Amino acid sequence: MREIEVSRITDVIERLCMEANEHLPEDIKCAIKDCREKEDGAIACGILDNIIENFEIADAENVPICQDTGMACIFLEIGQDVHFVGGSLSEAVDEGVRRGYEKGYLRKSVVKDPVLRGNTGDNTPAMLYTEIVPGEQVKITVGPKGFGSENMSAIRMFKPSAGLQGIKDFILETVETAGPNPCPPMVVGVGIGGTFDKAALLAKKALMRPINVPNEDPFYADLEAEMLNKINCLGIGPQGFGGRTTALGLNIETMPTHIAGMPCAINISCHVTRHKTEVI
Amino acid sequence: MEKYITLPLTEELAKTLHMGDRVYLTGTIYTSRDAGHKRMCEALERGEKLPFDPADTTIYYVGPTPAKPGQVIGSAGPTTSGRMDAYAPMMMSVGARGMIGKGARLPEVVEAMKKYSGVYFGAIGGAGALLAKCIKKCELIAYEDLGSEALRRLYVEDMPLVVIIDSEGRNLYEEGRADYQKEHLSHME
Repeated sequence: MREIEVSRITDVIERLCMEANEHLPEDIKCAIKDCREKEDGAIACGILDNIIENFEIADAENVPICQDTGMACIFLEIGQDVHFVGGSLSEAVDEGVRRGYEKGYLRKSVVKDPVLRGNTGDNTPAMLYTEIVPGEQVKITVGPKGFGSENMSAIRMFKPSAGLQGIKDFILETVETAGPNPCPPMVVGVGIGGTFDKAALLAKKALMRPINVPNEDPFYADLEAEMLNKINCLGIGPQGFGGRTTALGLNIETMPTHIAGMPCAINISCHVTRHKTEVI
Repeated sequence: MEKYITLPLTEELAKTLHMGDRVYLTGTIYTSRDAGHKRMCEALERGEKLPFDPADTTIYYVGPTPAKPGQVIGSAGPTTSGRMDAYAPMMMSVGARGMIGKGARLPEVVEAMKKYSGVYFGAIGGAGALLAKCIKKCELIAYEDLGSEALRRLYVEDMPLVVIIDSEGRNLYEEGRADYQKEHLSHME
């Protein structure tokens, strides 16, 4: 058994909140640059040039890439031989978010109550997901999620008879409805299977996988490539002004489900799809 | 077409701007988003004045990050404009002619734009670090309790924008995409 002070979790999360908001992952940067090469319209090219300039400024000056520094989605994969000491783990996670958002001059975008509103003032609580895995390490992923794109996400409980075509149509329909609102070029996370709640979590996890790493299952890897191509034939383009680059990537995650169902969740993200991982 | 323009956004200037124009905007603008718009429109309904003179003004839908020491403002890209659709016609009725944001607008907003010669500019969603560079002055003028949503007066220089909807109601989201499809996608059918 390995003892870990929860204050270490706080320290790592504090730092990852800042780093994730200031430095775009390399896979997203490469995809944006590749797409810029393939665009030919003056407006679309101009937008992608500005997007590249933007993440370069954020990198060089350590400032937030986007003003919507998001809700802090935090995934902890906890080795089953780990024993946390020194306080509450979930409080330690929130403390890391609180410190990271204050120290990093990040925007506090969380309200206390979904109906009555009222800013919590420190961007807590975090959206915390824990998973118990073998071993004695802890893998910490921080994925700040903006709501311009979150608001364009969707979930549907399909009958199994809807089949693969039902899922393909749903992906295109959701991207079409999102249109210019989620700051295209977007990244699309798709979760298929499980229960109502698990499908949504799979879609969020799909956004945490680098977009240049396909699904391990060749069937779903092919589906990812096919749907990305179809999305980029819609013509929505950068910022919705028309063009080839509507999405930078599409990741699918799946799991077993019930004989009576085929849940499918689609989590839409923007060109500022951020996540940072560290293992302790 | 590329255009360098200086505010205020008079009716005359607004009519020279057309859908798809790439505009570099210089002058004084005001920031407001969800909660600020709600307060301003409630004030107008009570017959009160706004915290600034709205005639020929341009409002930027933004909630910036806090400024780091030495910065004028933090990252400051646009938020989704659709959430201000409920308030935009009333704001235009008192003279606020320009809107800067991102995303689709409702038909009633477009109708109000035609009536009052309004212009809807798109700033690049997600480009908060770049857009902050164009903001040379930032002054908090009202609703301080709203934090990032408070009302601010900004002075911007050469802020890169695209005219999404012009005062005639032409819409780049519709026409830009249709043009792309016509040019590139017909052979894929």
